[in-house]
Amino acid sequence: MRIGVLAVQGAFIEHRQMLDKLKIDNFEIRQLSDLSGQIDGIILPGGESTVMGRLLKDLNLYEPIYQLIKNHLPVYGTCAGAILLAKTIINDSHTWFQTMNITVRRNAYGRQLGSFKIVAPFKDHGNVPMVFIRAPRIENLGRSVIILSSHDGYATAAREANMLVTSFHPEVTDDLTIHQYFVDMCKENMKKEKLN
Amino acid sequence: MNKERYELNKDLAKMLKGGVIMDVTTPEQAKIAEAAGACAVMALERIPADIRAAGGVSRMSDPSMIKAIQAAVSIPVMAKVRIGHFVEAQILEAIEIDYIDESEVLSPADDIHHIDKTVFNVPFVCGAKDLGEALRRINEGAAMIRTKGEPGTGDIIQAVRHMRMIQSEIRKITSLREDELYEAAKTLQVPFDLIKYVHHNGKLPVVNFAAGGIATPADAALMMQLGAEGVFVGSGIFKSGNPAQRAEAIVKAVANYNDPKILASLSEGLGEAMVGINEQEIQLLMAERGK
Repeated sequence: MRIGVLAVQGAFIEHRQMLDKLKIDNFEIRQLSDLSGQIDGIILPGGESTVMGRLLKDLNLYEPIYQLIKNHLPVYGTCAGAILLAKTIINDSHTWFQTMNITVRRNAYGRQLGSFKIVAPFKDHGNVPMVFIRAPRIENLGRSVIILSSHDGYATAAREANMLVTSFHPEVTDDLTIHQYFVDMCKENMKKEKLN
Repeated sequence: MNKERYELNKDLAKMLKGGVIMDVTTPEQAKIAEAAGACAVMALERIPADIRAAGGVSRMSDPSMIKAIQAAVSIPVMAKVRIGHFVEAQILEAIEIDYIDESEVLSPADDIHHIDKTVFNVPFVCGAKDLGEALRRINEGAAMIRTKGEPGTGDIIQAVRHMRMIQSEIRKITSLREDELYEAAKTLQVPFDLIKYVHHNGKLPVVNFAAGGIATPADAALMMQLGAEGVFVGSGIFKSGNPAQRAEAIVKAVANYNDPKILASLSEGLGEAMVGINEQEIQLLMAERGK
């Protein structure tokens, strides 16, 4: 298995370190040629969605990654990465991949003084530390979206088919639960592809 | 500031990595910076080149001007306070700034003490010329470090010197025997725990950016190749011929700092860079403010 981490801006090294700990082969996606090898999943990291979205387009990465997601490649977006996948962004005139049926509000918890950490259950995997940094809020979900964790009445982790999002950052903690969950998604998909 | 808040503040700096933080003086400039791909903006009344030209005492910006910039963009907004001026910092915390830069670009308010940053909830970035200075600022509560390259000059030499110095001192610390770390802590005038962290991890415990004198995509890529995790660009953008285009080129250069072909195309037809002043031509070395 080989997972690509979008590495145009943000906390991509932290995601790679999590995958290293899980002994999963991983690589950085900075330009088109990086997409030419084996790729079994993509992580869209935390950072600034405005920066990543712009660079995706300028570096000609947008269309090929969009096609990969449309073709059911597992993708995991954290924070800014979730914004990149959202169908609707309430307080931004830009939208990016728009592949996932969620509506998000950017910086919904306010400025940096509003950043916080909680420990909360993730699906049936028990309690997981969740770090919210100027985090977006998932305010609406389509029918096909499954909620995996929530806080204060809003989903903080959700999945729709091949797409996983969290509004928090597991990559800045020591807990590997979320990354293991995503790796399992990639494994399932590889099995399915083999059968086809 | 409790430990958890400090971790959250260090984490915000991690989200800025691989990005460009741009100096802006108006909401219009802030919007240009955001559209060009800035990962954060530094709101200030005058950019360093103009501060240098104007002379006199330079202070924290008018909060109303900072608020106007906060309202104009969705990315994090930083602002500067004078070294040691903890009341200016209290004021910026009250308007919910995302990051405070305790900066040598402004006139220092205290020639001995830096701000005790541990009593604030809002994060601080501080400048450093060498490892000792970086670790002293971190010990005082800084959640992010940047080089103290000479601001407002368009001359990269000092930022290069500081980044090389910090990186080579880190490499030296990692090569020491455990029992030699006590002496290293003594020599660098920093707490033993921080030296131990550097020894074990081969890096600073916080994100480290380059700042000062960055004027071209090549300058930005140079700093990244020397080990910076992102860059601040001050006068280099809005003192140049075509700010939006130059800002975009620097953003892309930081994202692809190891690819000379992309850097070559980014360096083409950028128009006039800021005029710049050489290190030998300046009278005031701002990097000497605060140790």
